[in-house]
Parts: sequence; C-alpha cells; structure tokens
Amino acid sequence: MLDLIIFYFAAVIAVGAAVMMIMQRNPVASVLYLVVSLVAQAILYVQLNALFVGALLIIIYTGAILVLFLFVIMLLNLRGEHFGGKQSRMGRASKIAITVILFAEMVAIFKQVAIPERIGTQAAAVAEDFGSVEMVASHLFKEYLYPFELTSILLLVAIVGAVVLAKRDKTEKMEDA
Amino acid sequence: MEQPLYLIPLFPLIGFLLNGLLLGRLGKKTISFIACTSVGLSFLFGMKFFFDLLSLPETARIIENVFFTWIPAGQFHVNVAFLLDPLSAVMVLVVSGVSFIIHIYSIGYMHDDAGYGRYFTYLNLFVFSMLMLVLADNYLLMFVGWEGVGLCSYLLIGFWFEKKSASDAGKKAFIVNRIGDFGFLLGMFIIFWQTGSLDFKTALDPAVAHSVFAVGGGMITAATLLMFLGATGKSAQIPLYVWLPDAMEGPTPVSALIHAATMVTAGVYMIARSNVLYMMAPATMAVVAIVGVATAIFAGSIALAQNDIKRVLAYSTVSQLGYMFTACGVAAFSAGIFHLMTHAFFKALLFLGSGSVIHAMAGQQDMRYMGGLKKRMPITFWTFLIATLAITGIPGLSGFFSKDEILWKSFSSDYGSIWIWLIGLITAGMTAFYMFRLVFLTFYGEERMDSHTREHLHESPKVMTVPLSILAVLSVIGGYVGIPHILGGDNRFEKFLEPVMKGVHHSVEGEHALASAAHDGSTELILMVGSVVLVALFIYLAYHFYIKNIAAAGKLRQRFSGLHKIIYGKYFVDELYNAVIVQPLVVGSKFLWKIFDVLIIDGFINGMAVIIGDMSTGLRPAQSGILRTYTTIFLVGVIVILGIVLIFG
Amino acid sequence: MIPIGHFLILSAMLFAVGAAGVIISRNLLIMLMSIELMLNAANLAIIAFSRMNNIVDGHVFVFIVFAVAAAEAAVGLAIIIMIFRNRESINADNFSLLKR
Repeated sequence: MLDLIIFYFAAVIAVGAAVMMIMQRNPVASVLYLVVSLVAQAILYVQLNALFVGALLIIIYTGAILVLFLFVIMLLNLRGEHFGGKQSRMGRASKIAITVILFAEMVAIFKQVAIPERIGTQAAAVAEDFGSVEMVASHLFKEYLYPFELTSILLLVAIVGAVVLAKRDKTEKMEDA
Repeated sequence: MEQPLYLIPLFPLIGFLLNGLLLGRLGKKTISFIACTSVGLSFLFGMKFFFDLLSLPETARIIENVFFTWIPAGQFHVNVAFLLDPLSAVMVLVVSGVSFIIHIYSIGYMHDDAGYGRYFTYLNLFVFSMLMLVLADNYLLMFVGWEGVGLCSYLLIGFWFEKKSASDAGKKAFIVNRIGDFGFLLGMFIIFWQTGSLDFKTALDPAVAHSVFAVGGGMITAATLLMFLGATGKSAQIPLYVWLPDAMEGPTPVSALIHAATMVTAGVYMIARSNVLYMMAPATMAVVAIVGVATAIFAGSIALAQNDIKRVLAYSTVSQLGYMFTACGVAAFSAGIFHLMTHAFFKALLFLGSGSVIHAMAGQQDMRYMGGLKKRMPITFWTFLIATLAITGIPGLSGFFSKDEILWKSFSSDYGSIWIWLIGLITAGMTAFYMFRLVFLTFYGEERMDSHTREHLHESPKVMTVPLSILAVLSVIGGYVGIPHILGGDNRFEKFLEPVMKGVHHSVEGEHALASAAHDGSTELILMVGSVVLVALFIYLAYHFYIKNIAAAGKLRQRFSGLHKIIYGKYFVDELYNAVIVQPLVVGSKFLWKIFDVLIIDGFINGMAVIIGDMSTGLRPAQSGILRTYTTIFLVGVIVILGIVLIFG
Repeated sequence: MIPIGHFLILSAMLFAVGAAGVIISRNLLIMLMSIELMLNAANLAIIAFSRMNNIVDGHVFVFIVFAVAAAEAAVGLAIIIMIFRNRESINADNFSLLKR
C-alpha cells in the first residue's frame, strides 16, 4: 500500500514537472523543473530495485548534464529573449492531439507486449542484490565489456566534437557572461 | 569474258570529284578540260570494249566485271558488277558519245555563266550515274544509277536556282520522278521475292522466269506494270510526264543531254533489258503500247500550239519517247532502242541548235519574235534543218528508218494493232507539222525581233557549231545500221541486239515472215510510202500557214479559238494535278502541322512539362525550412508506423 | 506490489510529454531538454521490464544510455552555442534557410 502511494506521488510529480517544463518561458525554470522530474523518476527507479542506476540518474544526469544546460543558458544570457510571434491555437491544439495519439498507441503496444498474466503482478521475488552496484558492475565488465569500451570512445568523440564546435573564431566576440 | 568495265564510269566520277572538290581554285579552262576529257575517255574505253565484244561469237557476246561484293546478306546478294552485252554497248556508246559532244558545246554556251564549275561538276556526275545505270548487271545497281540521274536532273534543272520558276521545276521533276521510283522499287521487290535474285543473269533467264512466274499471271503483270510506272516517271509518259516541259528552265545543253538523249531514255532501256519478263505479261505489253502511243499523240498535239521554242522540243521529246514505248509494247524492243539511238542524235542536235539560236537572240525563246535567221546563222540553220528532216522521217535520214520500223511493227506484230499504227501515223504527221512550223517561224520570213537584238545576232562560235555539225552527220548516217530487209538492207542493228532479246520468239516471227514474205513485203512498202506521203502533206501545210499565207494561221486560230486554248494550255493537266493532288496534300499537311503537330504533340509535351512544374510548385511548401514542421511530420510518421504495427502486427 | 503496467503507462506518458515539448516549443534549449526527457522515459520502461524479467542487463543498458545522453547533450549544446553566435537567437523559427 505504501508503495502504491509513493508510486503515485512520484509519478504525479514526474509528469507534472515535465509538463511545467515545456510551458516555461524562462529556460532556467525549465531546467529546474526537469531536475524535479528526474528526481521523482529516481524515486521510481528505487522502487524498481534499480539502486545503482537510480543513484546514477541523480549524480550524472541531474548533477552533470542538466548543470551543463544551466551553464550554457547562463553563457548565452537568454533572459531577455523574446519568443514573440503567435503560435496559433489551432496549431498547438493539433500538436497536442498528435501527442495524445502517440500516447494511446504506445499504451496499446505495451498492452500487447506485456502479456496479461504479468500485468498486474510484480514478478517473482528478485535476488537481494538485484540492481546493486556489484551486480550491475559485474555484468558490465564481464558480458558488456566491449560496449563499455566503445562508450568511452564515444565520449571521447563527443568531447572532441564539442570543443571543436564551440571554439571561438578569432574574429568573433562573445557577450560577457 | 572479264574486262575492267569499271573504267567506263570511273572517269566521269573522277572528273566529278576533282571539279567538285577543287571548284574554287580551278580556272575555267582546267574545269572544262577535266570534264570533257573524262567523258571522252569513257567514250574511248566504251569503243574499245565494244570492239572486244564484236570479236566474240554472236551467241556469247557478254563481257562481265565484278567490281566488288556490295550486299552479301544471306539470300540477298548484290554486287557492284558491270555487264556489257549488245544492248548496254549501244547505250554506253550513245550516252558517252553524245555527252562528250554536249560537253564541248557547253564550253561555249556556259562561258559567261558564274556557275561554270558547278555546271560541269553536275554534268560529270550525271554521266557517271547514267553509265552506272546502263552498265549495271543487276536491278539494284541500275536503281542507284536511276536515282543518281534523277538527282542530277534536279540539280541541273534548278541550276539557276535563284529564279523561282527554275527551282520549282527542279522540285517538280524530282517529286514526280519519286512517284515513278516507288513503282520501280515495288516491281523490284516482287522480282526478288519470286526469283530470289536481282541479277539480270538470274532473274531474266528465261528458264528461271518461266519456272517462277506464270505467264500472264498476276505476279508478273504486277511486277512489270509497277516497273513501267517507274519508266513513265523517268521517261515522261502519261501520267508522269508533267515535269519535262517545266524542265526547260535548265540550261539548254542540259535539256539536250538529259531530257532528250540520255536520262529520259532510261525507261526504254529498262524495259528492253527486261524483255523476258515483259513478254510474259501480255496485259502489261498492251498497257505499255497504249500509253506509249497515247502519249505520242497527246504530246504531239500540245506541241502544235506552243510558242516557246524549247517547249515545242520538249513536247516533241515526250511524243518521240511515246514511240519508243509503243515499240516495246508491240514486242519490237530492238526497234525501240534503234529509235532511241537516232532520236538521241537528232533531238540533241535540235536542242543544241535552239540553244545556239537563243544564245544569239540574247535569251529570247519566243518564236513569235524570231524569223529570218537563215541568213544570219547558216551553220545553225543547216544543221537544224537536217535534224528536222530526220525527226519527221524523210527517207534517207536516220529517223526514217527507225520510225518506220516502229510503225511497221505496230501494224504487223502479234502484239500490235491497226489502231496503234493509225495513231502513230497521225502523230508522225503532227510531228512534221509542228517541227516545220518551228523551222519556218524561226529561220524564215521577216525578222520580227527588235532592233537591239537584231544588231547582236551572230553565228555561234566554233566550239558550239562543230558539235552541231557532228550531230548532223550522225543524224544522217545513224540509220544505215538498221536498213530493213524490204529495202535491201540487212537490218544489222536488230541482228546485233537479238541475243539480248531472249523473250522475243524470233523463230516464230521468222516462220511468219517466211510464210508470207511476199505479201508482207508489199504491205510494208505500201505503209512506208503512205507515211512519207502524209508527212510531205503536213510539211506543205506548215509551209502554207507559216510562209505563204501567214494571215491564214491567225484566222484558223480564231475560228478554233476554243480548241486552240485547250491545246495551248496543255489540256490543263498541270492545273488538274494541282487541284486534285497537290492542293489536297498541301491542305492536309498544313492541317497536320498547325493542328496536330503544334497543338496536339507540342501541347502534349509542353503540357507534361507544365504539369510537372505545377506539381513541384504544389509540393514545394513542404520544404518550408521551419524546423518544427519537420519534427512534427517526423512524429506523425512515427505514429503512422506504430499504427500499422498495431493493426497488422 | 506495484503492477508493472503502471510503470509502463507512466513511461508512455512521459514520452508523450517529451514529444509534445519537441514539437511545440520554439526554444532550441527546451527542445533539447524534451529530448532528454524522452530518453529518460525510455529508460524507465527498460528498468521496469528488467525488473519484471529479473534480468540485470537492462540496468547495464540504461547505464550506457546515460553515457550516450551525456555525449549527445554536450554536442547539442555546442551546436546551440554556435547557432547563437551566428544568429543571436535560438528561436527555431528563425532558422529557415532551407526555405524556398
């Protein structure tokens, strides 16, 4: 019972914050709302015995990636930006309709995939250390070593790319942050 | 026997190439030297091979020369190969000899013309094509020559192409000829289809022909009729003669060479060559004879009323060609070739003489403005008179022997009839009348030209009068190779050509002749005398109207003014053709052009382009460049795919 | 115990919200963040399934997804910086050079 309450609580916060995120004018507020949503999702992760990944969510995702977002926002000094121009109500409504259809389709697919016997029950009890650091790490470094190494290369590529892209031309000036 | 026969057409070809390629850089003397010597060499080689031919026994008089294999396409095998037998020997000598004489004449006639080099180039090309035509040993090579002379005719008729009437006449000649050529081709197709070959040796072998065609059957009649259609085009018979009078727009030596002596005789040659086939189709023979004699009298009647000296001669040519076809139609092929030869001499002389007159008259061709030229141009006058006597058939001259033989054969032959003879006789009278009318109007009587022209009247230079004299001599003696038996001669011409005329059953004729020799002999003599008397009568009539009592001619014309209008207007055949054939074609093609081509076809193509353009304009907004539109559509695509998976998955 | 289905529906909802954010917003940054949100929604679904089937491989997958998301965010932000430098704006409607 408690689980269910926590679930609903976290779920509502997650979805609500997400919705608020996309409606903000101020990008800083958007980032903060996203942070809230992600923290709520971390709670859900924990409920699913994904302790390691949940911690990683907070540390890496919110702690690094979204902070990076904040940095960039500050750097670009966007507060004064106007997003003028009208977005027609029709356009917005149709787009929302599209997303609703998407949602419906996904639910339908999930219904097909997650076969009825299993829906509605949690699976048999899992091992004590399911989702713990040791378990995930041992899988990571044993069966998935190759993708792990590739991921590091990927990160390297991303770093190089980001640095090259963001490098300043000598002739250009930037506003002071 | 194998001899290098290709030498005969080779020299005019070289002359054509040299003159044609180096036109701009050669002087007049060089051009004429190249042109004349090339034809002269053809003649000399022709003579040489002719004597070689004579040295062979009568039954084996064939010289061949395969130059190279042209089309080796399975069963269809055609060579560029030449055949010299008595028939082609006669043609080669006539063509090259008369061409040579006319080349010499042209040096004088065309002296002041700007297109001097071009003229001789075309003339050499013509001689080459004509020699190819007569020397070919198969129908396809003959057709090449046939088309070649047609092309040269077009080029030379329209020689002064800046003059619209000249270029129109050239076009008319070529187009009308094409209609005939179509018939010729179809005839050739049938021959090939049935006999499997276009070689004369195979297709015209009596054994082969009889095994493949049924005598008098549809196939052979069709083939021979179609080839005759080609002959009517090339040799200006009804219905395709209309180009020849207009062809007088070309220079007079061209008229002499092409439209009197050589090209127009190609049709006669072709039929004589194919005598085996024609003898197997009596229906066609009747058609040939009837068309020939009808053309003869038809053209002769038109010539009675013409005022242009060259027109009279043109219609006279059509009429005389009619005689030649009549001869072929009554199975007297060698008589037709005989007349071809004598006609070449005197008709070329007549044209060249008229050219001399026109030259002296500074371009005037209307006989009503001539007269009294006898004193001013004696050589021209005497040679012209000799030619006129020859064409009217005065005894002793060449025309008498050849024309009389045709008249006799049309009377006596199994294929002839008394009506053909009668019409031929009347035509002979007409010929006498209009030819002497021409002579009297041009050379006798008062001088009707204006004083300016009169001052410039002069006899033509030697380079023009010497050829006239040579042709005059030939017009006199040319007939003595064919003196008929009746008059004590041997008719060596007919005997010479006998081996070629395999279709004609000489044995039958021989028996026939032997059986009633006496009876036929006297009939022939009577007919001969009769025609001479008629001719003399018409000459007297011409004398009466144009020398003694000129006013009478005018009165006669007024009395029969309606008839005169019709004859003078050439029976309005040209107008008829124009209205019935040409105008509908022009209207039809205008329709096809304006409506079908421009509206429908162009419209369709352009319409397709416009449609595609509109489609692209319609689709272009999709490339709006707005990022969000792209992402939205992306998402919609994902939804569609998911939907498909849901429904069909 | 919480039925797995709830988690899946929640994941779908979050994904839809992310998609809506991508197509509605004009701000490039918000678009990028919506994409991140979508990634996370997928992660949630993976974790749910992994729990359901008692397989840890899903966690490993999510781990790698984090890394990829980080890389992608970094490069994306670098691009946004460049765009801003060139155009002084990050309003997506202003970048329509592909237009006719």
